[in-house]
Amino acid sequence: MLTSLSLAHYLTLGAILMCISMAGIFLNRKNVLILLMCIELQLLAVNMNFVAFSRYLDNLDGQVFVFFILTVAAAEAAIGLAILVVLFRNRRTINVAELDDLKG
Amino acid sequence: MDIKTILLLVPLLPLFGAAVSGLLRNQVGRAGAHWVTILAVAGSCLLSFWVLYLQMYEGLETLNYSVYTWMVVEGVTFEVGFLVDHLTSLMMCVVTFVSLMVHIYTIGYMHDDPGYQRFFSYINLFTFAMLMLVMANNFMQLFFGWEAVGLVSYLLIGFWFKKDTAIFANMKAFLVNRVGDFGFLLGIAAVLMTFGSLDYATVFTAAPDAAGETISVIGGMEWGLLTFICVCLFIGAMGKSAQAPLHVWLPDSMEGPTPISALIHAATMVTAGIFMVARMSPLFELSDAALSFVMLIGAFTAFFMGLIGIVQNDIKRVVAYSTLSQLGYMTVALGVSAYSAAIFHLMTHAFFKALLFLGAGSVIIAMHHQQDMRYMGGLRKYMPVTWITAWLGTLALVGFPFFAGFYSKDAIIEVVHLSERFGAGVTYWLVVAGVFVTAMYSFRLLYLTFHGKEKFEVVEGADPHAHLPDGQLAHKPHESPLVVTIPLILLAIPSVVIGWLTIEPVLFGGWLSDAIYVAEGNDVVAALGEHFHGATAMAIHGVQTVPFWLMLAGFAVATLVWRFRPGIAATTKARLPGLYSLLDHKYYFDEFNQKVFANGAVRLGQGLWKKADAGFIDGILVNGSAKLVGRVAALVRRWQTGFLYDYAFSMIIGLIAILGVWVVLR
Repeated sequence: MLTSLSLAHYLTLGAILMCISMAGIFLNRKNVLILLMCIELQLLAVNMNFVAFSRYLDNLDGQVFVFFILTVAAAEAAIGLAILVVLFRNRRTINVAELDDLKG
Repeated sequence: MDIKTILLLVPLLPLFGAAVSGLLRNQVGRAGAHWVTILAVAGSCLLSFWVLYLQMYEGLETLNYSVYTWMVVEGVTFEVGFLVDHLTSLMMCVVTFVSLMVHIYTIGYMHDDPGYQRFFSYINLFTFAMLMLVMANNFMQLFFGWEAVGLVSYLLIGFWFKKDTAIFANMKAFLVNRVGDFGFLLGIAAVLMTFGSLDYATVFTAAPDAAGETISVIGGMEWGLLTFICVCLFIGAMGKSAQAPLHVWLPDSMEGPTPISALIHAATMVTAGIFMVARMSPLFELSDAALSFVMLIGAFTAFFMGLIGIVQNDIKRVVAYSTLSQLGYMTVALGVSAYSAAIFHLMTHAFFKALLFLGAGSVIIAMHHQQDMRYMGGLRKYMPVTWITAWLGTLALVGFPFFAGFYSKDAIIEVVHLSERFGAGVTYWLVVAGVFVTAMYSFRLLYLTFHGKEKFEVVEGADPHAHLPDGQLAHKPHESPLVVTIPLILLAIPSVVIGWLTIEPVLFGGWLSDAIYVAEGNDVVAALGEHFHGATAMAIHGVQTVPFWLMLAGFAVATLVWRFRPGIAATTKARLPGLYSLLDHKYYFDEFNQKVFANGAVRLGQGLWKKADAGFIDGILVNGSAKLVGRVAALVRRWQTGFLYDYAFSMIIGLIAILGVWVVLR
């Protein structure tokens, strides 16, 4: 039996997206690209909440925020990918397990 | 001259001489140094005798006055002050006279020594310090003089500072005296605590009021306050006057040049303890326990140190053990409240023991610094003056009637006999037996040195300055120069006559009664005086007493063993190896001190170094805190993996935590 979609469903979807992306960050030991994608997914999870609440509260502020976030995410992805390209050129790898230069 | 000026000049002249000969030694040169110091001491000596003359014939009253106030701290005054009574003037005369003789003698003895001026400077400084000690009218100045003579003694024992044994000996003397001085300082502190003053007169006046008080010492034992003070002060005297068990430094101090052995380690400094106790008689009289302690220590020293003298081969060491033994006699006299007898023996002993030491020194010059009596013998015909004076000194030492030592030693033995103090019985037997021992080692010294066959050979053509093997000499021994023999003669005169001349005033005429207080019932000297009918009668009566016959017995044994039958000594030695090695090792005092105290100190130091310093301070506090920081850092460092996802995880966890806190606290 099909019931109508409620706010709870959207929030649950957002939470699931968030969890998937976090799990992706922690479990991923191989590819920086996947890390970037997981971060994008987090942003999308947040966006999902924004849109759902915007619709639920009948307030457009949330959707305006989503546009900003998407813009920023696009810029971030561009910069992130550019860094990644430079990183690959220098290290010939994008394996996360080998990128421990932050260690003091 | 004003009397106060005279008294000020007495100690200051030697100080001046010491400064000139010490600080300007290159300017004044060798002759200048000995002239300035000898004139200074001679002046001091003349003035001392002048003071004595004034007291004897002009009725000079006891002087007690402050010369200079050094400081006042919370009502306690620290002063330089003079107390000049009959005791002081007697000591001044003895000190300056012996010092003068030693100064003159030193010209001959130290003739070739490169440290000539330094030596004169030291002995002049010593005279100054000793005079300050005996003239003090307060504990502060007494302590100053006490430490100053100790310092000069230290400097002079180590005078030949390139000799390892001399350095060892002076360090030993210094350390052992520290032990005694610690007690002395405690005693002075207790005096200050009890009486609130360091002035003799104030303290002595207040002393009877403190007689009943007690003090709690370690372990909660209650001691009579005055007993505590007296025992502490006497421990100081034990260090300075070399009473067992703090005597160990005195035989070793013979490493110093012979003139100072005569001056410091026989005649004057070592008697400072005797003088001090006599000066403190108003305190000691109030404590029978302390006096018993003093007497027993003295008796032990008098007898057992004499025994060691019999087996020693070094001529100076024999005389040194004899000094220990005689100091024991003086201490015994102090212990039975016969302070005047102690001072009397101090005076006669100063003359004849200085004479014996200087005689030994004269022999040592003749033998080219050979001190072992086994390589001497037959020196009688080479050095007649030394021989005769040594005999006179020895007769005085063993107490032959009419000689100085007879009067003083016989008086001590008799007062011990009369005394009823606890322990006087055993003390009497020890001091009587000591007479026999004294005669044995004294005549042994004479026989081995001056009589019998020559146990050295003259090697013709040998270099006189080279160090020859034992028993060889580059040329025949010869009599020492006049600067050596004249002091010997001048000391021999009082060694013979001073007892006969002065026993009556010093012991029985009340000459010292202004300085010495003897409680009623303790006055054994006065009891002895009832039997006294003049010095000559005493000497004649002395022939009938036990000590005289014991002395003769000692003489007979010594004559037989060391003059006619040298085999007996060797046989006895072989028959009684245990006794011999006990005496040869001086009752193992040195070994004990070395093992227990010296090694103990080393071990304690090493323990503190390894455990406390290296272990605790360096290991735990310094390096430990550094290591702790390192360990914590090593743990914390693991969080810094360098992997992006860990940082992301931290950020998220942190964010969740902050949010959680915010939600909960909102």
